[in-house]
Amino acid sequence: MEVLHEGLGELVGWHDPDENREFVLHNKSRALKDKTMTASEAVASFVKNGDFIASGGFGHIRVSMNIIYEIIRQRKRNLTMAGKTAVHDLDLLVGNGCVNKVEVAYSFGHEVRGLSPASRRMVESGRCKVIGEISNAGYQWRFLAGMMGLPFIPSRNLLGTDTGKYSACKVVTDPFSGKPINLIPAAYPDVAFIHVHRCDIYGNCQIDGIMVEDFELARCARKLIITTEEIIDNEEIRREPWHTAIPFYVVDGVVEQPFGSHPCELHGKYFFDEEHIAEWLSLSKTDEGVQAYAEKYIFGVNDFPDYLELCGGIRKMEFLVKREAMRVPLVTPWRK
Amino acid sequence: MENNTAAKYNMREFLAFTGAKLLEDGKSVFVGTGLPMIAGMLAQKTHAPHLLIIFEAGGVGPILPELPISVGQATTCYRGIAATSMHDVMSACQAGYIDYGFLGGAQVDMYGNINTTCIGDHAKPKTRLPGSGGANDIASFAHKTVIIAGGQSKRTFVSKVDFLTTPGYLSGPGAREKAGLPGNTGPYRVITQLALYGFDDKTRGMKLISLHPGVSLEEVKDNSGFDIIIPEKYSVSPAPSDRELEILRKDIDPTGMLIGK
Repeated sequence: MEVLHEGLGELVGWHDPDENREFVLHNKSRALKDKTMTASEAVASFVKNGDFIASGGFGHIRVSMNIIYEIIRQRKRNLTMAGKTAVHDLDLLVGNGCVNKVEVAYSFGHEVRGLSPASRRMVESGRCKVIGEISNAGYQWRFLAGMMGLPFIPSRNLLGTDTGKYSACKVVTDPFSGKPINLIPAAYPDVAFIHVHRCDIYGNCQIDGIMVEDFELARCARKLIITTEEIIDNEEIRREPWHTAIPFYVVDGVVEQPFGSHPCELHGKYFFDEEHIAEWLSLSKTDEGVQAYAEKYIFGVNDFPDYLELCGGIRKMEFLVKREAMRVPLVTPWRK
Repeated sequence: MENNTAAKYNMREFLAFTGAKLLEDGKSVFVGTGLPMIAGMLAQKTHAPHLLIIFEAGGVGPILPELPISVGQATTCYRGIAATSMHDVMSACQAGYIDYGFLGGAQVDMYGNINTTCIGDHAKPKTRLPGSGGANDIASFAHKTVIIAGGQSKRTFVSKVDFLTTPGYLSGPGAREKAGLPGNTGPYRVITQLALYGFDDKTRGMKLISLHPGVSLEEVKDNSGFDIIIPEKYSVSPAPSDRELEILRKDIDPTGMLIGK
């Protein structure tokens, strides 16, 4: 195949498929064993300085925030993050100096709520580096190629644009149609963390609502931490196996944490905590504010349950449950 | 425009209304975050009740109960036909199932190329913007792409975008096909606070369709860094009715998070 263009972006998280098969053979156990642990144990065991990390969900949807806070609490450094519509998670990790390299599909923004002051400041001042650009479908297909055990997957996006030029993709002549086609390299993140509605102690997971790209991400990540609203019996998984979104053999750790996605939304369970997000957006306008937020909500508490108490505890959580069910009106305190 | 009509509707309401008018019942639209969501929702509540709205994170065919803050939240599949995945909807898009792609844009050029990545140099940007998101995908794959660029000015309507995030007609006629993008795709309409534009079939350059009420041709020209093609015949854009404004304000965006108060 003739290579027509080679992207300028840094290729992160790629492995030769045979090398990855070796990794899977020796590191991903097919034995059914209890993987439950605390968030603190999971981050200490599976997240290393310098890792390439990916967070599940989408934007402020079903993000494993208890792991994000724990990464900051354990002061992990020099992480590279998949900016696959990474929003609040990435903003906190970049703002707090944990992530200093990002491959960007969508980052540094909070959708309708506006741009992210903290991570934008870090990029514009050179403290965080954008190592490549890609699109949402592009990132998702990096994971798809990884889960399929392939070196790349062909696609028809990114062509003719600077997004493609600054990506790690290559454009070749398609040997079938004769037209130019984009090749998206596989991604195998060193560690991914995905929040789910329920799973068993082995890591068999059920997800309600949209899957986004977690079907693929779960299956391509080298290490996978699952955080879950509740642990259910293995019998419940076996009664309805068609509801299993992620099978145990790709999972390395299981952390039970109700409201573990707060202040993000969990489909059918609880809404975004707009007041908390607004507080972050306001505080993160300065480096001092980022520090004040971290002191209050991360270093000032022992764990995620303490953080939830500080955010308003059971009363606030009940409100977010009602808001998700649209029984109380929307509030938008971040609106100027 | 604000001077003549401020009493009746604001600019963002007008943009949402103009966007909604472009969407047809029984067709599919892939909507991005912000005003495109309002346009899709208004169309669904007025002339296009069976508009198939698709969100990039996996929400398919919802009957939107309230304005989403995010293109991934649960309302994006509320009473929908599927809560699926990005791979599923982006593949449908690549395979040709999407009639309209609906995007916002920070900077746009005469060929409808969009920049949402950075202002200034990519390595050391003056302003870092969020990047492509799903925009590059949607504009590569949808049969017709509609762009809402609210603040048309010399700063946003530029002769060359600082970074070509999302493909319009690239460098002109035939360029999309040469790059390998799917055939018969590309930008269809651009909506700004001043006018509605299409693209010339031959040159692929942006071309005036209608001026919004109270806007002069000079204003359109003065607020562009490139020459907009002005045909002999152009019209005045229709204005929203009281009922449409009421739906926008009371049903769709009661907090005013997107259309303002």
